[in-house]
Amino acid sequence: MKRWMRRVLGAAGLLPVAAPSLVWAAGGKASQLVVVADTRVIQNAALKYFADLYNTNIWLFAVWAVVLTAVYGCFLGLLMDFIMARTGLDLKSRKIVEH
Amino acid sequence: MDWLYLHMPIAGMDIFWPGLVLIGFAVGVIGGFFGMGGAWMVTPGLNILGFPMAFAIGTDIAHIAGKSMVSTMRHSKFGNVDYKLGIVMLVGTMVGIECGAQIVMFLERIGRVGSVVRWVYVVFLALIAFMVFYDYFKAVQKKRAGIVEGEKGTEGITWYKTLHKIRIPPMMHFKAAGFTCSAWLPIMVSFATGVLAGFLGIGGGLLRMPALVYLVGCPTHIAVGTDLFEVMVSGLYGAFTYSLKGRIELVAVFVMLTGAAIGAQIGTVATKYSKGYGIRVAFGCAVVACMVSIILKQYKYNAAAAVIILGAIGIICAYIMAVMFKGAAQELREKKAREQAQASF
Repeated sequence: MKRWMRRVLGAAGLLPVAAPSLVWAAGGKASQLVVVADTRVIQNAALKYFADLYNTNIWLFAVWAVVLTAVYGCFLGLLMDFIMARTGLDLKSRKIVEH
Repeated sequence: MDWLYLHMPIAGMDIFWPGLVLIGFAVGVIGGFFGMGGAWMVTPGLNILGFPMAFAIGTDIAHIAGKSMVSTMRHSKFGNVDYKLGIVMLVGTMVGIECGAQIVMFLERIGRVGSVVRWVYVVFLALIAFMVFYDYFKAVQKKRAGIVEGEKGTEGITWYKTLHKIRIPPMMHFKAAGFTCSAWLPIMVSFATGVLAGFLGIGGGLLRMPALVYLVGCPTHIAVGTDLFEVMVSGLYGAFTYSLKGRIELVAVFVMLTGAAIGAQIGTVATKYSKGYGIRVAFGCAVVACMVSIILKQYKYNAAAAVIILGAIGIICAYIMAVMFKGAAQELREKKAREQAQASF
């Protein structure tokens, strides 16, 4: 709890400093940064694979990012469809009325 | 309480994951209802969670692509997505975004990019908000006067009717949207909104949704679904380019997407129980909140700007959830009554 409180306070304190450039629709100046994932602290094999890929083959990482996002989006869509179908609501028709 | 924190392998830090789920959920609800990505809502939320700035925009875009996929699937079942219109508009959107980005680079060279972009954004948001509320006011007046045009009820602004008279070939019929017009109309409208989106560095849903309604002539529900289809495609492209730049945190994308998938169902199904103008007016309120927050930021009231955005998200989200649950409860009650009546015969 103490750790959580410390983080919340830290984030709140950081807000006036960090918010401006982040919140702008036009984006920030982050493109100049070079970030390297620290794979030494990662235990999970899958996460370690992607972190390694991020460091060594960014093209393959980008392809994986898009494919996984699309696949996970599809999976969630189908799962939600399955769940929503059990609510008893009619989810295939609607009446368009503007006013 | 360590289990509440998830290690981000690329950013190398621990993040409060229920916060990510909550952001995803809220943006799923709002995006599914209005038909937009909602990047302007996600970034302040990520910032408050202490998410590293370098990854915020890329992570946001990838999550929006996945979330739009879930919403598009649901809207598609309702018949709210005109894929033909969406594909035609994608051409204009892509070319437009590239042109807008070139204008930004020119302004960067002359050192004027920051303030120009922000004020252009504010002006356009003010125009959209004015248009939405003026349209509503006009529709109310027409309804009071007993003027009902077409089968979908009274409409305030009908600029699209004039634009549909432009008959430059090729003419195209859009079945789901229910109109025929010159193919150049959606192409030029999407090009214009694309230029603005590229120039402002946003996804463009905020501009495209009202453009689809007022200029192209889509019924509000179809505009919402079709716009989400566009957001999905452009989001996946954005996710790829940001990944190439190393600006994406996949674990956060997946966590946010899980919350967004639930939120998207609520937002999307809520459109069924809302009239077109209900969606338009709530959208106008969201635009006003976005505009006020940008003005506040321009004058360095950053904390107030974040409060406005997060407050607006909370209120709009609660409104949409109320619409959905009230409508769903009503539908289930009616269904039960029908079944009981049938059983008694």
